[in-house]
Amino acid sequence: MSTLEIRDLHVEVETESGPKEILRGVDLTVNSNETHAIMGPNGSGKSTLAYSIAGHPKYTVTQGDVLLDGENVLEMAVDERARAGLFLAMQYPVEVPGVSMSNFLRSAATATRGEAPKVRHWVKEVKNAMSDLEIDPSFAERSVNEGFSGGEKKRHEVLQLSLLKPKFAVLDETDSGLDVDALRIVSKGVNEYKAQSDVGIMLITHYTRILRYISPDRVHVFVNGKVVESGGPELADELEENGYVRFTGSAAESSKEEQPA
Amino acid sequence: MTVQDTDPGIPTAAAVKTAPWEERFTSYDVEAFEVPGGREEQWRFTPLRRLRGLHDGSASVDGQIDVAVVSGFGDAASSDLGGVRHETVGRDDPRLGDGGIPADRVAAQAWSGFTRAHVVTVNEARSDDEPLTITVTGPGQGSTAYAHLQLRLEHHAEAVVVLDHRGSGTVAANTEFVVADGAKLEIVEVHDWADDAVYVGAQHLSVGRDATIRHTSVTLGGDLVRLSPVINYRAPGGDAELDGLYFADGGQHFEQRLLVDHSVVNCRSRVMYKGALQGVEGGTAAHTVWIGDVLIRKAAEGTDTYELNRNLLLTDNARADSVPNLEIETGEIVGAGHASATGRFDDEQLFYLMSRGVPEAAARRLVVRGFFGEVIQKVRVPALRDRLEAAIEAELEAVGA
Repeated sequence: MSTLEIRDLHVEVETESGPKEILRGVDLTVNSNETHAIMGPNGSGKSTLAYSIAGHPKYTVTQGDVLLDGENVLEMAVDERARAGLFLAMQYPVEVPGVSMSNFLRSAATATRGEAPKVRHWVKEVKNAMSDLEIDPSFAERSVNEGFSGGEKKRHEVLQLSLLKPKFAVLDETDSGLDVDALRIVSKGVNEYKAQSDVGIMLITHYTRILRYISPDRVHVFVNGKVVESGGPELADELEENGYVRFTGSAAESSKEEQPA
Repeated sequence: MTVQDTDPGIPTAAAVKTAPWEERFTSYDVEAFEVPGGREEQWRFTPLRRLRGLHDGSASVDGQIDVAVVSGFGDAASSDLGGVRHETVGRDDPRLGDGGIPADRVAAQAWSGFTRAHVVTVNEARSDDEPLTITVTGPGQGSTAYAHLQLRLEHHAEAVVVLDHRGSGTVAANTEFVVADGAKLEIVEVHDWADDAVYVGAQHLSVGRDATIRHTSVTLGGDLVRLSPVINYRAPGGDAELDGLYFADGGQHFEQRLLVDHSVVNCRSRVMYKGALQGVEGGTAAHTVWIGDVLIRKAAEGTDTYELNRNLLLTDNARADSVPNLEIETGEIVGAGHASATGRFDDEQLFYLMSRGVPEAAARRLVVRGFFGEVIQKVRVPALRDRLEAAIEAELEAVGA
């Protein structure tokens, strides 16, 4: 059993007019076998949370901790975090021309598993994982994400999830831009990995749509750089019904209080 | 007809107003060319002070190149050349000049100054598994040589050739590739000179009727390497593919000036040059220059041409100049286009790969290997492919990337 603990996390990003605080004290704990939905309006800092956990150089942590089973993740390089068992499925996966998907997957699996997978098993493993996600085998020889449609990119993110087998996965708006069929396939991939592992999941989303396919144990409302309310799945139903108005209104007021200047 | 002008990315040099070939002048006589001062279009990117007098007559010849020809490449080489002839000939050999005529002062200087020329003739269709290797070794540190080499493929001959340059010293050279009607030459020209070497060479490529030439130019080592390949189509149906790969470290100046002269009907050309640069903080910048001139003359109806140059700046203190020029004098063509882009190493790509657990050095290697992949994959000599890949890895390790 593992624990990912985010404590009082403050994160800034450099802008033209100086540093700007995006995360303002995030507290969140995810255990193995738990799925937490992080829901919030656009610009609330959800993606910043995802990228900060993964270690993107654009974001500067000014305060707080991210602990994986007590180990300080923030002191680790990006690749070390991945090898420690963290995975970020990105909203906008990056194209890497000239690097084939199969070469990339094998390099990543070799790194995260600590040894090169045996060729015969590996080929079969990739083939099965691709077929589960209804990915055409020809994609193995294509350059990483190059020329992929939005849905193809998301499927390949979930393919990596199932092959790299992380302890914790942050899925950043994996549902955005997907039609209903693609959403079903992607969700099925996530659920299959959940079923065969003890993964803890942070499911970051704007909409409740994906929660019909991937059911959360906990739902957190994320507004203005922090968690403002947490609850069970019923909280998602309320958001479905009423939107974020109740939270953004109060958040706007509280942010005024925080910044009296 | 389609004319594409792809987004040139980060512009690295101002466009020239006069097309360089409008004033293109050729001569075997060095005195027919003015001593360059550095402002001429032909010389404006070249640090003349580092040419050791090759350009102004002050260099004195005190050495010579060594040329060795073997069948096969690397460990598999054999001195049994079969139907291939390697001759050393005098200046009066009538075949010299079949490839082309010097178009700059250094090439004319080399032509005026050499005493013996090497002629390698292929008069058979050799199989792809039997590449020829021609090794050119420099005159040695502190020595200067004027060199002349001609590779001839007779009618319907076929050969895969590795032309491997190495060693030390200062060399001005003319290299002729004469590909007769229906012949097919795949040549990989490697410049893997020692750190002190200066090499200024003109490559004259003559393409016969329905002949094919695939020329891959690889520049990895040397203090200054300047190559000026010119494609001369002699008759219709010629097909030329020019690929290039260069990797410049701090202080190195690698310059490539191409001219594809479409002067006859129904010929095809494809150019794809890719370069990586990594400077050292505080030292002289790594500098590469790529000039891609394509001329479609009025008579050259049915021309099909495309050229591309990409540069990858791996560090600061690196400068890549990239100037594609396309001059079209007839509208009756199949297609013509060019693209050029110079960009920094993409930190987002690095982040993506590292976020999957791949360590930084390995991630950089993946990206750079991917960048050069399409050039290296076309090299048909497996042992040479391995060597090029290893050379790139070694370059990357040199700065601890």
